[in-house]
Amino acid sequence: MTKTWNNKAWFMVLPVLLLVAFNAVIPLMTVVNYSVQETFGNNLFFFEGVRWYEEVLASSRFHAALGRQFLFTFIILAIEIPLGVAVALAMPRSGPWVSVCLVFMALPLLVPWNVVGAMWNIFALPDIGLLGRSINALGIDYNFTQQPLSAWFTVVLMDVWHWTSLVVLLAYAGLRSIPDAYYQAAKIDGASRLAVFRYIQLPKMSRVLTIAVLLRFIDSFMIYTEPFVLTGGGPGNATTFLSIDLVKAALGEFNLGIAAAMSIIYFLMTLLVCWVFYTAMTNYYDGER
Amino acid sequence: MDLTWMAWTWQTATFFAVIAFLLLGMMLWEYVAPGGGARVGILRFETTRGDRLFISLLMSAYIHLGWLAFSDASLWGATIASLAFAAAVFRWV
Repeated sequence: MTKTWNNKAWFMVLPVLLLVAFNAVIPLMTVVNYSVQETFGNNLFFFEGVRWYEEVLASSRFHAALGRQFLFTFIILAIEIPLGVAVALAMPRSGPWVSVCLVFMALPLLVPWNVVGAMWNIFALPDIGLLGRSINALGIDYNFTQQPLSAWFTVVLMDVWHWTSLVVLLAYAGLRSIPDAYYQAAKIDGASRLAVFRYIQLPKMSRVLTIAVLLRFIDSFMIYTEPFVLTGGGPGNATTFLSIDLVKAALGEFNLGIAAAMSIIYFLMTLLVCWVFYTAMTNYYDGER
Repeated sequence: MDLTWMAWTWQTATFFAVIAFLLLGMMLWEYVAPGGGARVGILRFETTRGDRLFISLLMSAYIHLGWLAFSDASLWGATIASLAFAAAVFRWV
């Protein structure tokens, strides 16, 4: 049978296309233009070719920021995904407590980024903050404004507090979609709790977990506001992630060329990861059908 | 329309023109042979020719960056490598 192809529906997408062109494509093209030029302001540009790319790729500062970025993303994924699944499993499946749990879980997600940063800044201050004072009272020397390790600990803790809920909500949605018959069958077969998790819950959750990993990866990979407010990238450069470094280069030092080249490289990395996840996800759907 | 704020150079304009022509070419190709030429290649999942173009373009960017990072030879080498890669993608992926 030959399919009839009617592509007229694509015209319906035109408004979105215009919007995306305006807020993504045209700015991106401008960044590409910047990345091959040098400017000293006044909208005067001088062609430099691929010099900025060579400098960025060879710069130890960029390598360090990239390394920190990957480390951060890896750490928060390694904590948030298992923790989120665990919390979702512990949540009640029915009854009045469901809504209570869901509301509590959603609360951190409703707090704006800069407020989260400011909250945690005060919360973790060693002299007046509850967290900072408590840790120091335990006899642990903790000062996130001076010790890189403490700063990392605080940034990671803050992100876990802010975003684990998202994983919980997604995982919980996945769990809720499992019909009771599956559990009954498992009970009849005498399946252990672990087997139920391994062969029923995890496979049923894998789709939403892929989305959770993708969202958390992208979000943490471009994290800016929270660490900027909390640590300002410090102490020294200890928590200067890619986006913070990028803004430093672009606005602090007005190296638009370098910053643009960094943005493009950054964008390409995000694009690759998005594509991999997207492909994995869509093929998973196709496999299910 | 004044586009000077975008700081155009003829090099980047050429770059985007090539991409625009590629997209135009893809549309023509789709018009001549509809269906996207979907098949399962060496990546073991279904790709259309749009996917193959995307993979080629994205990997070309990485090939060029890798070339800049690890080689002092002319960047045209990377372009030739990218074209070869794209041909391979369109043949086998």
